[in-house]
Amino acid sequence: MTRANNFISTDTPSLPNGSGAAAVLSAGIGCFAVAALAYGGDKSALVKSHLTFYKPTGPLSGVTTVGILLWLLTWTILEWRWRNKTIAMGRTSAVALVLLGLSLALTFPPGVDLF
Amino acid sequence: MSITVRSLWTLIHGMGFGALYLLACSGAIVELYRFTTSSIPSEPTPGQQRFLKIYLIAMVLLAWAAVLTGAYAIYPWYRAAPPPAPVDLSMFPQRLLMSNPATTGWHSLGMEWKEHVAWFAPISITMVAFVFIRYGRDLKNHRPLRIALLSFTLVSFLAAGIAGFFGAMLNKSAPVQGGRVIQLSRGQEK
Repeated sequence: MTRANNFISTDTPSLPNGSGAAAVLSAGIGCFAVAALAYGGDKSALVKSHLTFYKPTGPLSGVTTVGILLWLLTWTILEWRWRNKTIAMGRTSAVALVLLGLSLALTFPPGVDLF
Repeated sequence: MSITVRSLWTLIHGMGFGALYLLACSGAIVELYRFTTSSIPSEPTPGQQRFLKIYLIAMVLLAWAAVLTGAYAIYPWYRAAPPPAPVDLSMFPQRLLMSNPATTGWHSLGMEWKEHVAWFAPISITMVAFVFIRYGRDLKNHRPLRIALLSFTLVSFLAAGIAGFFGAMLNKSAPVQGGRVIQLSRGQEK
């Protein structure tokens, strides 16, 4: 049997899904962090002033910098803990997609004004 | 025929990085959809796989270039505060929009939404590219993971679409202008 045939006949994953689950969940968390920080900056003058890292861009600079750092930090931690594990991917994806949906709602200005 | 430096940067941001990203999204969605909906995806050749990896990396670069030029080059010109004395607001797009009730919405809804939602695109597509590169052909054995990738790519497309639509409309209502004038060609009398 050739090497190619060996590959085709394999039905079981050769890589555990932990690394993929870590990337998916952390992306959901990262988007949610950006949205939550934007919401915080919109509702509180104190948060807004603390998030102004670069004056010409205003609080958007802090919202996105902190959001991206949180995303990368979460991704690093989850990757380190899950990379060799098999994770319940359905549940992990569902949590990530709910976070993504909430992020979309939190950045939509009429939605923000409801809370 | 001439263009100002600020208009040129706006073009690079919107028509260069943003529009190219949106175009690329449609290709990625079709490819991931094909790959996701079949229970046993067809085996991509190494050449096809390498092409898709390069394609996704190009999308990641375009998405980050679009949000970074938007936030750190164009947005400061857009939100610049005019001096207290009466001044021509055409050089201050945010103030120009907010000075007229008929155009306020383009800022309070359009820009307020666009400036945040756009960042979901690079975050999502970076994750999609990472997972695709890491798993490669082994993704055929991870259907829930493929569905998650497709969902995030769709949201990335939606986010980039919202940002692109409002970017175009904002630039139509109150264009970012000013800076050095670049002469593209000299008109000739007929």
